[in-house]
Amino acid sequence: MLQIKNLTVSIHGKPIIKGLNLEVKEGEVHAIMGPNGSGKSTLASVIAGREVFDVDQGEISYMGKNIFDMPAETRAREGLFLGFQYPVEIPGVSIANFMRTAINEKRKYLGLDPMTGAEFLRLMEEKKKMVEIHSKLTNRSVNEGFSGGEKKKNEIFQMAMLEPRLAILDETDSGLDIDALKVVANGVNKLRKKDNATIVITHYQRLLDYIVPDFVHVLLDGRIIKSGNKELAMELEEKGYDWIKKETANDAV
Amino acid sequence: METTHTSLLKDKFLELYQKEQEAIRGQATPLVNRIRRNALARFRENGFPTTRQEHWRFTDLSPLLNTEFAFDFSNQSRNIDVDKIFTCDVYDLDTFSITLLNGWFVYKHAPLTRLADGTIIGSLAKAMEIYPAIVDQYIGKAAKTDQYEMAALNTAFLQDGLFIYVPDGVEVEKPVQLINIVNADHPVFLQPRHLVIAGKGAKLTLVHCDHSLTHNISFTNTVMELFAEQDAVVDHYKIQNKGRNSALVTNNFFHQKRNSRLSSNIITLNGGFTKNIMDVSISQPDCVSEHYGLYLVDSNQHVDNLVNIDHMAAQSRSDQLYKGILDDEATAVFSGKVLVRRHAQQTQAFQNNKNILLTDDAKANTQPHLEIYADDVKCSHGATVGQLDPEAMFYLRSRGLCERTARQMMMIAFANEVVQKISIEALQKRIQNMVEKRLKGELSICDQCVLHCNSKEPTTFNIDLSKL
Amino acid sequence: MSDKNDHILEEVSNAEYKYGFYTDIEMDQAPPGLTEDTIRFISAKKNEPDFMLAFRLKAFRHWKTLKEPDWAHVEYPPINYQDLIYYSAPRKRPKYDSLDEVDPELLETFEKLGIPLDEQKMLAGVAVDAVMDSVSVGSTFKKTLAEHGVIFCSFSEALQKYPDLIKKYMGSVVPYTDNFFAALNSAVFSDGSFAYIPKGVRCPLELSTYFRINAANTGQFERTLIVAEEGSYVSYMEGCTAPIRDENQLHAAIVEIIAHKDAEVKYATVQNWWPGDKEGKGGVYNFVTKRGICKGENAKISWTQVETGSAITWKYPSLILQGDNSVGEFYSVAVTNNKQQADTGTKMIHLGKNTRSTIISKGISGGQSNNSYRGLVKTSRKAENARNFSQCDSLLLGDQCGAHTFPYIDVGNRSSIVEHEATTSKISEDQLFYCLQRGIDMEGAIGLIVNGYAKDVLSKLPMEFAVEAQKLLSISLEGSVG
Repeated sequence: MLQIKNLTVSIHGKPIIKGLNLEVKEGEVHAIMGPNGSGKSTLASVIAGREVFDVDQGEISYMGKNIFDMPAETRAREGLFLGFQYPVEIPGVSIANFMRTAINEKRKYLGLDPMTGAEFLRLMEEKKKMVEIHSKLTNRSVNEGFSGGEKKKNEIFQMAMLEPRLAILDETDSGLDIDALKVVANGVNKLRKKDNATIVITHYQRLLDYIVPDFVHVLLDGRIIKSGNKELAMELEEKGYDWIKKETANDAV
Repeated sequence: METTHTSLLKDKFLELYQKEQEAIRGQATPLVNRIRRNALARFRENGFPTTRQEHWRFTDLSPLLNTEFAFDFSNQSRNIDVDKIFTCDVYDLDTFSITLLNGWFVYKHAPLTRLADGTIIGSLAKAMEIYPAIVDQYIGKAAKTDQYEMAALNTAFLQDGLFIYVPDGVEVEKPVQLINIVNADHPVFLQPRHLVIAGKGAKLTLVHCDHSLTHNISFTNTVMELFAEQDAVVDHYKIQNKGRNSALVTNNFFHQKRNSRLSSNIITLNGGFTKNIMDVSISQPDCVSEHYGLYLVDSNQHVDNLVNIDHMAAQSRSDQLYKGILDDEATAVFSGKVLVRRHAQQTQAFQNNKNILLTDDAKANTQPHLEIYADDVKCSHGATVGQLDPEAMFYLRSRGLCERTARQMMMIAFANEVVQKISIEALQKRIQNMVEKRLKGELSICDQCVLHCNSKEPTTFNIDLSKL
Repeated sequence: MSDKNDHILEEVSNAEYKYGFYTDIEMDQAPPGLTEDTIRFISAKKNEPDFMLAFRLKAFRHWKTLKEPDWAHVEYPPINYQDLIYYSAPRKRPKYDSLDEVDPELLETFEKLGIPLDEQKMLAGVAVDAVMDSVSVGSTFKKTLAEHGVIFCSFSEALQKYPDLIKKYMGSVVPYTDNFFAALNSAVFSDGSFAYIPKGVRCPLELSTYFRINAANTGQFERTLIVAEEGSYVSYMEGCTAPIRDENQLHAAIVEIIAHKDAEVKYATVQNWWPGDKEGKGGVYNFVTKRGICKGENAKISWTQVETGSAITWKYPSLILQGDNSVGEFYSVAVTNNKQQADTGTKMIHLGKNTRSTIISKGISGGQSNNSYRGLVKTSRKAENARNFSQCDSLLLGDQCGAHTFPYIDVGNRSSIVEHEATTSKISEDQLFYCLQRGIDMEGAIGLIVNGYAKDVLSKLPMEFAVEAQKLLSISLEGSVG
């Protein structure tokens, strides 16, 4: 589904990702872990199509297509979803209106008729229940005045609405208390299907207790330096990133 | 439309210029005299500002100009013991103190001092003789005589005032304190001219005190041009505590270059009629420009602050905060303008004016304007006119404070937001103290004045000059 | 913004002005130029009572002494007032009993405009008084309104039928001496609308008028007068369009509103006059004087405007809050794109005790346009406990446009509280990317964000107007981001 080969990314001439390889197949859940500044969010942004970064080298193919041929909105319509680490506020635009616009744009792209108001409302009610969010939240403006937890739940709600093929959740667990974390994780688990995939970017192993990954990758200084299964995450939690730095340094020797 | 007395005075000035040309020109450089002639042409064309002009809509000069002023253009700069006529009572304020008496530089030792680090402080008239190259490089470059009528008038008649030159890289340790004293037994019209230059990376603190030692009518029209070169840091404080019969128009032109920091702080405690014009040109990127003002006026005093900030270059920040408390029939005007030009991207500009009216006869007019031609900017402004927050008043009273105390406490807190911006501690304390006294009704203009004519002891009015 | 987006924007922005078509109806015109004879011609054509002609002539004589104002933040070549045609009416001036009698071409025009003259709109409950090049050509629902005693007719008709009411109120809020354009309008106005709501009546319909400038070189000088008697209520909507022409068209209208004790008037405008082309050629000069007075206690007037059109807008719908406890509101969205210039805002004059006013203004500028808010809040010495809150925000969509805020605040007593806040910002890249990531394209994202930005104002519009206004906002901003 997603193939990243030798990706090198910089911003204002400063390299951030330095030759990264990753393959994600349908039905898989990948976790990318790493300390602050290791390039996790940059990777998510580049896949989603943010233009502030310069891709110096490498390729990314998504569903067999070169991702760099598509602007951000086309990638989204092709089923790519980014759960933002810091969801932005859009005053005056209700979540309902926002989602209806997004869904109908996607349907137009796929050659489908726009959803009627009634259909949309039904879908919204169903998804709200699924991800356990308050019914009133969708009448509010996008992220405006939301608490940290509400913002993240809103991201998961939007993910449920848009039914992506590939969802990238960028630090969705940060700033959440344990109850909110469970709500978010439950939502992600319910949305898991055979033909879609999820990349969970996180700092802590905590989230992975609830969203169990098939693969864990450790990102350090712009490269994936170690990959494994969920035990790697446990080990990392126990021994810290310094351990893995040493470990890989030894490997190099 | 010009009223009779403004046009009379205008004619009088034009006539004086012809008659007194030689005295007025004095030892000024040829360039200065050329600037002077141009300014005179502007003044001939535009005359005095009238209330039909945007910046003078609420500030009417014409009644003030209806006075038989006496003019004396002879050089009155001289050596006197200034301590005898005035002492500054800001304790612990160690300054390099200089004095202007009726617009002319007066000194204990020399009219112009060159410090060991190369800093030159003293009389502008003298500087034109000794350092004509420095003066010519800067003078008239910042003052917009086309735009400001009073600045044109000052320029046409400029003779003496303060001159400071801080060379590149020099930090002037002690604040320079300028004491501007008016003392005359007849109505005078004074036009001091100041030129302040802070070289690259230079640091300067300037404290500017306006006092009048007379109850006679006086009209002071000053122009200050201040240049902050690259990386320079200049703090400028103005304390205005003048008699009810005095009128003061200050035209301040600030020119900022790359990465310079400038702050101005105008505290108007008293003054019959005060108009302060702050015109700031930010011509290069990465500057910081902060402008604060506090005015506490009562009886029929009038204070008008105009702040014009021109963001010509990118990545600079400007901040304006002016606050006023108006009692009795006092009137206050604030006009702020921020212009952000097309290329001044990433500008941050903030503008705020807050007024409290204590009576129904007081009046506040406020016009905070933004004119913005660049899109990547953060600009905001706000203005309020109101009264002390009744909720807060109630809160204080419910804690047992009487209304009077509560009111004073609230007013002091209101004023403190500006006072706290003063970074010289001794000065801040002193001003805080003055503000508190002023708001408690304990400070009148006379507290500051050596004449102490309100005290029971008999005082005489003409103690100074003749006895010196 | 990337080149790709530029390209998309360009494509969309080439969309044509939807209302730019010209109706070929025989016109009955006054010869160009403005003299006392022109005014006599207009007055005679309209068979006006003597007081009206006298008023016009007084206004004209005064106008000749005035200079065109130049203080607004707009620039345009001088207008030659002698080149304009001051009267132009469809020649076949019929009296319509039913729509069948109306010139079919005219009806077609209205159809294209979407003017709610048709059956559907009747069901929607809208009474329409359409003004085409100054003369009112058709009114509906007169019957329903008449049952409630509400008068809603053209100004000309009112002059014939209710001269006393016109005489009493015309010029009482905007005297002909008020300003240059008000004097001009008072001298030459051709028609307009008159609405009168009797004591205690809640007007059962939303009153609606469409103005449209048709003939070349005609100035549109209409006049609207709304009188709400004690305890009455009315909601009034005005929409404007003009066809595409290379030359500039002048529109100098006057609107006067009088709200007596306990009366409430809501006045909403959606203005989409032809703004000129991308090079700034053509377009309407919209120089309008609108003012209301809350005459009695507890009266309330609100202005809501969505301004997307006109090459130049010079317009300050104002309120005089004379009655104690009266309330004034001004809600405005002004969008400028390409080379449009708008200088608009309001004046709130507080004279009565406990008067309250609210100003919400959202300026949005794109292209090379200039958009200024100019507003005055004044409280007199007697306006005890007057309150005003103003929020004036500007949004910039590109680095070639300008957004300006010029508030004037004059407070004359201690118990008033006046607050003004304003911000200037641009749409953040983060907001745009967030929308793109959800599959919404650049145009859609801008439309969405701008509509959200203007929501506080749009929500004040009557439902049917709000939808139109939202569409207009998006259309007006096409190609705004450079």
